[in-house]
Order: sequence, then structure tokens, then C-alpha cells
Amino acid sequence: MSSNKQIKLSTYVETPPIDRGSMAGDGPFKATAEIQKNLGFPAEKVDNWQQVAIDKMAETKSKYRSVQVFLDACVKCGACTDKCHYYLGTADPKNMPVARQDLFRSVYRRHFTFAGKYFPKLVGAKDLDEDMLDDWYNYFHQCSQCRRCAVYCPSGIDTAEISMAAREVMNAIGVGQKYSNQILGKVNKIGNNLGMPEPALRDTLMDLEEEIKDDTGVDVKLPIDIKNSEVLMVSPSADFFAEPHIDGLIGYAKVFHESGVSWTLSSYASEAANFGMFIGSYDVMREGALRIRRAALDLNVKRVIVGECGHAWRVAYSFWNTLSGIGGGAEDEYALKLQKQLDSNYPQPQHMIEFTYDLIKSHQLSFDKSKNDHRVVTFHDSCNVARGSNMGDISNGQFILPREVIKAACNNFIDMPKNTIKSSTFCCGGGGGLLTDDLIDLRVKGAKPRMHALKKSEQESGVNTLAAICAICKSQFSKVLPHYDFDPYMVVSVHQLVSDAIILSENSEQKD
Amino acid sequence: MAEILGAEVDEEGYLIKVSDWTPEIANAMSEEDGIELSPEHWEVINFLQAYYKEYEFAPAVRVLTKAISKKLGNDKGNSRYLYSLFPYGPAKQGCRFAGLPKPTGCV
Repeated sequence: MSSNKQIKLSTYVETPPIDRGSMAGDGPFKATAEIQKNLGFPAEKVDNWQQVAIDKMAETKSKYRSVQVFLDACVKCGACTDKCHYYLGTADPKNMPVARQDLFRSVYRRHFTFAGKYFPKLVGAKDLDEDMLDDWYNYFHQCSQCRRCAVYCPSGIDTAEISMAAREVMNAIGVGQKYSNQILGKVNKIGNNLGMPEPALRDTLMDLEEEIKDDTGVDVKLPIDIKNSEVLMVSPSADFFAEPHIDGLIGYAKVFHESGVSWTLSSYASEAANFGMFIGSYDVMREGALRIRRAALDLNVKRVIVGECGHAWRVAYSFWNTLSGIGGGAEDEYALKLQKQLDSNYPQPQHMIEFTYDLIKSHQLSFDKSKNDHRVVTFHDSCNVARGSNMGDISNGQFILPREVIKAACNNFIDMPKNTIKSSTFCCGGGGGLLTDDLIDLRVKGAKPRMHALKKSEQESGVNTLAAICAICKSQFSKVLPHYDFDPYMVVSVHQLVSDAIILSENSEQKD
Repeated sequence: MAEILGAEVDEEGYLIKVSDWTPEIANAMSEEDGIELSPEHWEVINFLQAYYKEYEFAPAVRVLTKAISKKLGNDKGNSRYLYSLFPYGPAKQGCRFAGLPKPTGCV
């Protein structure tokens, strides 16, 4: 366990001199045989693992042409070297994106290029031996797949995709990460990352309804499994369990209440997060998406809306259409059925921020912004939303909409320094399947660039509230903020800010 | 496999079998973490266990704080207070002392 030893911060991001091997190690806990089997991966490292790995690499590079382009295109210009929060926080040169990529690239060259096969030393080609595999496991679990390096790469090389491919290859030989794979097993079995069974979920939602009634005197509902609702809301399950997430969930409920639009959660698909992306597995990712499709079909909803979860929105926005038919693209029977069922007057899927924003723009929500006057708010752009999606169907909408929603509910909003927000946002340090206690040292160090920026905003503008739209970001910040002399309770959901300021009508019917 | 007072624990110190739990195990675990269990700690542990018995799952932090507020008074029904009891988090550290599985997910 880590201590809460505090780290002194300056207010700008320093690029550290390299400290070779400073993050060498065994990596996070490995998945047990049972966890691996649940996902259809080999229970333990297979005997002919090198051959299986090379075969899997061949499959991966042909299936995902982007991976091969990324492996071929790097000219070692160095533009990415100081862009990764894990390099900036740890100084380990293997955390420079180019070096991380090269762990994979050197093996690719050895086995899949002419020069690498015959003159390996000339072209930096290397064998996939035990040491290399250990480095893969360790350093591909020091990448949160945030894609900041890709923004600065002149060729657009996306380390996230290489890190996903590497994890996919490792799972194929029976070397998986405990945290991500255990969670995926729970989603497939129970329906959410927490492993929260339906009775506990229902009990929690009832408790929250009581709480809102006590606080506001208004009957705001958190419906579950209500057939023929207009909207199926899929939120990260942390919204049902953790702080400060749960106040965001209350915010969604209040917005739906005011909108008069009927909505429901699903006990079968009680998870928006999809760690299948983190481990680079199309099949596992699809299984998660299909749960949501089945819930949408069974509940006969017209719209699917996604709650505050960063990578869930990337998966939903970019991949749900072909994975599941939420949006156009997939052509199997159930996808076509769902496309007919969903209301084409609305984008499918939609983000909760878009839903709230539309209501604000059409003057259907009223706020008492003074309720948030004790706050000076800044907004942390979550990496998957910032660099892997859009909102509102306008250019840069994923940056504009969350800020507009915050400003509708708060008088005091200030952005962090320009090179740390929007498409240049720094990862919270816990994304991509790294939000686990066994990586706490990495998580604290990886948060450093974001903490620098926050410190500057605190000192110059009095920022005391950090709003986020990702369950991982919220949990990660709550945990690491004390290490940098911040109050962990300064983290809030964007919809908590909405929740605190929204003026509720007695019942939703009165709105119309 | 690591053990505590003869009971198997995983690499993060959580009991493998919920049924192996004894109060002595809770005391031994808390001692390792440098915490002396007070009656307030035991209120939390007892509630976690009762809830788990009913739902086979640990309560949401909000559900826990409300229950504690009913038992110990409003001033103690908040997560700041629970964190003062369990510095590594009422859900994670509390569950470990109570012999329950570690909550997983984005928490």
C-alpha cells in the first residue's frame, strides 16, 4: 500500500532528464487461470507461446491495417518523446511513446520485414524472448491508451492501438492482466464491472430516490427495466457505487425528470464501460456492446443515451454502429431490427451531455447558478472523449458541450492552461485498464502533468472544483489528489454541478 | 498462496473464502495497516457483512454512509468520516477487514 506522501509541484510541466529503468518491474497482477478461461483465453502461458504470439501478430496487423501503418511509418523524429504523461511523471525512457511502440515494432521487424529477417541488427529488429515479453507486459501496462502522443506525431501514429494490439497478443498466449480481465468476466456474467447483482442495484436506486425526495421534496425517479421507455440510459456502474460518481447519476435523473422524457436503466446491461477496448479484443468488446443491444431490444426503447464514462463514449460513438447496430452499419438481423426500432430523429447513440445541452439550448431547464457560487470550476477533458469522439455534431463539440453545460449551471468557470486541455488534454493517469491499486505508484506519477496544470489554475484563479465526465478520471483523481496537496473532494461529475443548481418542477408532466 | 491466521488471502490481502472470516482476522489485518479497530470501525464492518449477506455484494458508499449516519449520528454519515476510519477507502479497506471480496470496476 502506498503512503500519502506529498509531492511538491511547480506550476508548469517539466520534461525530466531520463532515468533509465526507473519503472522496470513485473507489471500489474496477472489474471488467474479462471479469469482467463472466462474470456476464452488460454488459462496460462501456452508452451509454444512465441509461435502463437507471432501468429497473433500476423493476424492483428492484417485485421487492423492501422497497426501495420503505425509500425511502418515511424521515422524516429522524437516529437512524441515529451508528450506522454507517464514519461513526464516517471522519466523512464521506455515510457516515451516511440520507445513503447518500439517494443512491439522491433519484434514486428524481426518477423515481418525482409531487412529484419536477414539483418536484424541493422534495423533494430529483435526476437520475442522472455525478456522482451516481460518488457511488453510491464510497459504496455504503463500506457493508458490516451492518444496524446498521436496528436503530436507528424504521422499520426497512435500508440494506443499498438498497446491494444500488444495486450491482445499477450492474452492470446495466456498472459492477461488481472484487473481488466476480472472485470470483463463480471460484465459478461452479471452485467457490470462491479459485479453488482440486480437486487443490490434496485435497492441502491430506491435509496437514491429517497435521498432526492428528502433533499428536494420532489419525486424524482430512477427507473429500471421499464419497457417501452423512450430512452435506455447506460451509465458506468461506478455511478451506482462510488463517490463522487453517484451524484452525477442523481443529476441525470433530475434532468430526465425535467425533460419529461421517459427513461430507464437496465439490470441486464448495467454497464457503459467496455474494457474490451483496453485489451484490444474485438470479440470481447462486441460481447459488451451486444448486452446493451439486447437490453435496447427487450425494453423496446427509442433512444440510447450514454452516461459519464470516457472510453464508453468512444466505444459507443465510434464502434457501436458496426458492433451492435446502435447507429447504422451492422447488418445482422438484430442490428437491422434495432435500427428500425430506434428513432432516427435523434443521433444514436447520444451522450448524456448532449441530451442536457439540447434541453439547455431549448430553454427547458432552469438553474439557480448561485447554488454553485462557492465553486470555481475547471474541466478535465477525458482522453477518450477528447481524442476519440465528438458531441453535438459540430466541430469540436466534445470540448464545447461539456463546458456549456457547466457554464449553464455555474457562474465561475475557468479553463486550465491551453496546452493541457481539449485535444492536448493530459490523461488523469488511471485510464486504459490501469486504475488498479497494484499500479498506484504509476498512477500517482502519471497524474503529475495534470496536477501541475491544476495547481497553476488553483494559484492563479482560485480553482477549487475539478469537473470530469469519466468514471475512471473521477476515481483516479479522488485517489491521487491528496498526493499533490489537493482536497480529494474537489472532484465532481459535470452532472453533479447540474444537479446542485437545477430547479425542479413538482412533477415532470407539468413541464408540458 | 499467502495466509492470515491460517486463512488464505489473495495477492491484495483479501480473503479467498468469505466463510473463513473471524474477528481475529479483522484485527490482524487492521494491525498490518496500522489501525486499531474502534467500536465505530466495527459498526461499519458489521453493516458491510449484513448487507453482503443479503445482496452478495458490498453496499454503495452512499448506502453505507446513510446506514452509519442512522447508527452513529448525522455528523458521522459522510464519506469524509468513513475515510478517517478507513484511510484506504471504506469500500476497499472496509471490505477487506470484513472478509468480503474487493470491489472491482472504475472505483
